[in-house]
Amino acid sequence: MATLIVDDKEIDVPGEYTLLQACEEAGAEIPRFCYHERLSIAGNCRMCLVEVVGAPKPVASCAQQVRDLRPGRDGEPPAINTKTPLVKKAREGVMEFLLINHPLDCPICDQGGECDLQDQSMGYGIDTSRYKENKRAVEEKYMGPLVKTVMTRCIQCTRCVRFAAEIAGVEEIGAIGRGEDMEITTYLEKSLESELSGNVIDLCPVGALTSKPYAFTARPWELRKTETIDAMDAVGSNIRVDCRGREVMRILPRLHEEINEEWITDKTRFIWDGLRTQRLDRPYVRKDGRLQPCSWTEAFEMIASKIKSAKPERVGAIAGDLVCVESMMALRDLMEKLGSPNLDCRQEGSLISNEQRANYLFNTTIQGLEDADAVLLVGTNPRVEAPLVNARLRKLYLRAQARIGAIGPQTDLRYDVEWLGEGPQTLQEIADGTHEFAEVLRSAKRPVIILGMGALEREDGQAIMHLAAQAAAKFGVVSGASEDGDAGWNCLNVLHTAASRVGGLDLGFLPGDGGMTTHDMVSAFQSGNLDVLYLLGADELPLSRSASTFIVYQGSHGDRGASIADVILPGAAYTEKNALWVNTEGRVQLGRRAAFPPGEAKEDWAIVRALSEHVGAKLEYDSLAQIRNALLKANEIFASIDYAPGADTAGTFDLEKVGQAGPIDGSPFVYPIRDFYLTNPIARASKTMAECSALSAEALAQAAE
Amino acid sequence: MSVRRLAKEQPTEFSFSPENLAWAEKQVAKYPDGKQASAIIPLLWCAQKQNAGWVSEPAMRYLAEMLDMAYIRVYEVATFYTMFNLAPLGKYHVQLCGTTPCWLRGADELKAVCEEKIGPKGTTSADGMFTWTEVECLGACCNAPMVQINDDYFEDLTKETLGAFLDDLRSGRAPKPGSATGRTSSEPFGGPSTLTDPNLYDKSAAAPVDFAGRTAPSEGGSDASG
Amino acid sequence: MLQDKDRIFTNLYGLQDWRLPAAKERGAWNGTADMMAMGRDWIIDQVKESGLRGRGGAGFPTGLKWTFMPKEIGDRPHYLVVNADESEPGTCKDREMMRHDPHLLIEGCLVASFAMGAHACYIYIRGEYIAERLRLQEAIDEAYEAGLVGKNAVGSGWDFDIYVHHGAGAYICGEETALLESLEGKKGQPRLKPPFPANAGLYGAPTTVNNVESIAVVPTIIRRGASWFAGLGRPNNTGTKVFCISGHVNKPCNVEEEMSIPLRTLIETHAGGVRGGWDNLKAVIPGGSSVPLIPKDICDNVLMDFDALKDVQSGLGTAAVIVMDKSTDVIKAIARISYFYKHESCGQCTPCREGTGWMWRVLERMAKGDAQTSEIDDLLDVAGQVEGHTICALGDAAAWPVQGLIRHFRHEIEERIDAYRSDRPVPVHQAAE
Repeated sequence: MATLIVDDKEIDVPGEYTLLQACEEAGAEIPRFCYHERLSIAGNCRMCLVEVVGAPKPVASCAQQVRDLRPGRDGEPPAINTKTPLVKKAREGVMEFLLINHPLDCPICDQGGECDLQDQSMGYGIDTSRYKENKRAVEEKYMGPLVKTVMTRCIQCTRCVRFAAEIAGVEEIGAIGRGEDMEITTYLEKSLESELSGNVIDLCPVGALTSKPYAFTARPWELRKTETIDAMDAVGSNIRVDCRGREVMRILPRLHEEINEEWITDKTRFIWDGLRTQRLDRPYVRKDGRLQPCSWTEAFEMIASKIKSAKPERVGAIAGDLVCVESMMALRDLMEKLGSPNLDCRQEGSLISNEQRANYLFNTTIQGLEDADAVLLVGTNPRVEAPLVNARLRKLYLRAQARIGAIGPQTDLRYDVEWLGEGPQTLQEIADGTHEFAEVLRSAKRPVIILGMGALEREDGQAIMHLAAQAAAKFGVVSGASEDGDAGWNCLNVLHTAASRVGGLDLGFLPGDGGMTTHDMVSAFQSGNLDVLYLLGADELPLSRSASTFIVYQGSHGDRGASIADVILPGAAYTEKNALWVNTEGRVQLGRRAAFPPGEAKEDWAIVRALSEHVGAKLEYDSLAQIRNALLKANEIFASIDYAPGADTAGTFDLEKVGQAGPIDGSPFVYPIRDFYLTNPIARASKTMAECSALSAEALAQAAE
Repeated sequence: MSVRRLAKEQPTEFSFSPENLAWAEKQVAKYPDGKQASAIIPLLWCAQKQNAGWVSEPAMRYLAEMLDMAYIRVYEVATFYTMFNLAPLGKYHVQLCGTTPCWLRGADELKAVCEEKIGPKGTTSADGMFTWTEVECLGACCNAPMVQINDDYFEDLTKETLGAFLDDLRSGRAPKPGSATGRTSSEPFGGPSTLTDPNLYDKSAAAPVDFAGRTAPSEGGSDASG
Repeated sequence: MLQDKDRIFTNLYGLQDWRLPAAKERGAWNGTADMMAMGRDWIIDQVKESGLRGRGGAGFPTGLKWTFMPKEIGDRPHYLVVNADESEPGTCKDREMMRHDPHLLIEGCLVASFAMGAHACYIYIRGEYIAERLRLQEAIDEAYEAGLVGKNAVGSGWDFDIYVHHGAGAYICGEETALLESLEGKKGQPRLKPPFPANAGLYGAPTTVNNVESIAVVPTIIRRGASWFAGLGRPNNTGTKVFCISGHVNKPCNVEEEMSIPLRTLIETHAGGVRGGWDNLKAVIPGGSSVPLIPKDICDNVLMDFDALKDVQSGLGTAAVIVMDKSTDVIKAIARISYFYKHESCGQCTPCREGTGWMWRVLERMAKGDAQTSEIDDLLDVAGQVEGHTICALGDAAAWPVQGLIRHFRHEIEERIDAYRSDRPVPVHQAAE
């Protein structure tokens, strides 16, 4: 710790603090444009100048560390002034320079109302300009379908350049030219190719980089802001959904250090136009081979008649990737009441068991990855399956503190990886200790093994999981907190790809005794041995219309599920309900309704609840509060909002019971996500995502040439 | 510095000639392992020479791949440094220094010559022989005014001598680089006022020096001022 | 006045042979191994005692700078980087040293590298100096051939490699950290300091960056003794210095003279005097374009050294003396310098990126008279907003000439404005002010 005096107030801060951090610690507000906590320090905007007593000139507070300050002549602590006339004058000078070539087009700028430059010019700007020359104009630069540029507004802070190179791991943005003609661009104005590119919009302190899909649609002050949870992947990024009326106008990240820091993926950010199209806004029944609008009662009666006439063991239910815990709870209870054991939340077809909770969680936790010193990726491409997990892995890579090995087909993860092999036999070698990487795991203090769905959704998925557990037992670290203060470590991780999956496993939305798995139900469907199939937002199954199976589709979008359904029950999208999701870490998170579902669509648990009466199996809860109580009875974990167990369960984690020993198939892993931009019905309804998908396919084709 | 853009029309590809490739490999070898990006400026320069005086877009990609750099980083370098020409130019690139020391000694007159014999600043003459640009101080101020034509400095110019040089080049004659007034380098015109003592060149400066013996008395540290 | 026997660059004009045998006869490489045998600390002490101050412009004591390098060589190599990116307008001395006395520089590189524990040295020469680069490389090849550098350099037991690297047209690369960035293959944008290069320089390793002249004089200083060098000039301003005299003099030239020589003596003895006589002098920029100009009345008596020029609110800089006679449009002369800084600003930090262009545009108008007198103070204010607020010294270098102009020639700007406005009707909004 170092002592210093900020504006006459004495404080102690760590020596590695920057002066800016120290000043903030002392309660002084320091304006800044280029400085950002998560990016390298550029020190170029000069807005954060402070006076260091004794220094000949003002100092950029972001760029100097407290430990580099020298004490006064008589050993008194170094002193910083942030409010003296000298500081004010210096900052006013910088502000004037920033403004001379900045267009005063705030009235037509999307950043207006939430612009750092606008805000700080209130404090340090003057109301007239002494600059009598022509202002600089800069040609627009194309950056793809997501990021709109008005480069004349750019103040060359280089946050976007640093974000791309450091966090996203794509050296795509640069500053060309020099002096007052320096311009931010991509190479030959190519589209940005990162799954995280939209974050540059948030980072840009002015209106140079703004959201292209959102352009000119709303002003920040007219938006209703709802803090909720993303459902595009199993990370559960914290988001803010901004609505005007009932329409979602944009989605922004919320800070959550343990999950998404302050980033979100492009899918999370730009999915919102998909919330407006292809919506199921009223019930439908299929008559004469065509889906026709009907009333709720008509739809429920139709379903009831089919269910009542079917044997329970010929009724099945599969939950999809976006669904909330409450709706799965309701459907699970209904199936139980109907006496059907055929239910499964593992739409991808894996056989992950929920016998032990640690069995299916990302036990290291996302933030915990930062402490890792060896990583083994098995059948996962985190860059598209969980881009924010990938960003944490990149952080590890940048600090050069961990060896990262991967088993699976080679792909660009945005950091260097040792490719150890393509299929499970490499994992076998590691588990046997015959592979060199076993030693890497063994010698690591904080090793991490991450199993992806590419490894688990295969037929030999349980055998692979067993191998991984064996490797973890032999070479990894699975230990609970110890008395010497070590918080423990659990190296075994499952990286889910669906927001609903862990919640479903927690609930036990799984086959009962003798019940069919997803795979079994699909087979039974194809062989005509299933009478009713209830698809709760399940759109990713290889099904087509069948005369023998009556399909109920409940969901928000007219996608694959709806197209083969006999009855459609219009549900709510993830932004339209108060509901719980559990992320891949096992962290229960509370989503809040940002807007009401369209038309006659309803919250999903309530639909199932209403249906239950029609089939004569009335569920006992009538309100959200009641179903939440029931949830707690089903699994008390649902009471622990925002808690990720991490190593807390490591002490009781029985690795022997993970997966199932069995033969492995030598074929290479196939990553579960082929197109990052089109993984779910909402994404497939989004024009923006379609555009991104087409561009990325083009880029892939070019790269392959 | 003004806004710099790549030429609209670009060749489809670029690769070093075998000699240049060998040369490039020697350049890269100057730097420690993994620091090959250090060679980007020399290599861009070499690529420019091979490509009639300008850096093409395929050359930037070629070098980026050769040095394991991102394209954008090479693009940044190529646009930052003004010696890299991003569009085709004449056979002779006349870079006229217009900074104050040359301006004081008549750079404006030289500009007039270039405008007359080549055309407006920044353009290439109709016959494709010349492009002239105004550049910043070329570091030959004691021989001002001066121009650089391709690799060579032409110094102590007047409008007459520059005009004659351009005419010579146009008709295939090569003017002699250096001072146009016959100076060897930057000695005063008419002969140096210093370095005339013949003892400087009688090898006496190569007589042995006894460092150890000389330093003994200075241990006290008092002879620094003597 | 310096005598020929005390000149270090005895082939400054290239009238002698630059090659190794001739250079050796003039004293280069004489006793180098013996010098090194005296030890690293001894060499650094000699340089410190000589009072040598950096010749690249800032005038920081060279020996002291060398002591900032870590004493022991740790897991990172040490580097010496020679700044031969000579680009300060008015300055053309390093060029002569490199093409005519290259062996003094190469020998200096070895001695300085040895003193700082560096086994490798890069000489960063500006890209435009093509012939000079080839010459320097040729001299280095000679030195390798003769075993003066390379493994067991000059039989000293010290392994030493020396490389020539070049730039491609960017004044800012003369700033030491921009130079390092450039040498690493990036844009030449200055780094934030601290850390200073001695802690984290080239490739993050301890590095010292010195000007060509600072390094090239070292072997001779050691050969002749620190006290010899310290005895020239004035205390704190010791030794010899190569001055570059350009502009309105009868015989522009480079010349090595004693530090602290009176400006008038320097010009009249070596440069043939001011064009039209001393009384025709208007002003002098005494240390390269960055330093404020001084008008004739100061020039009459000022001494050419760090302290004397600082006392008259200017600086020795690179000792590039740009002389302007009475015919000079001094506003235009400074406007052209402002254009230079605008052109050479790297664009990284705000005050310099925006301020250099602003100052230039105002000065261009002022050179025509198309301005208001109130803008003179605005301009001064803008210069003050640039000065001291930037990452590197280019902001200061851009501000100082403007400040010097206004300090000494405000009346001339006012007259220009008045003359311009006298033949034009005053716009209503201005009349109302």
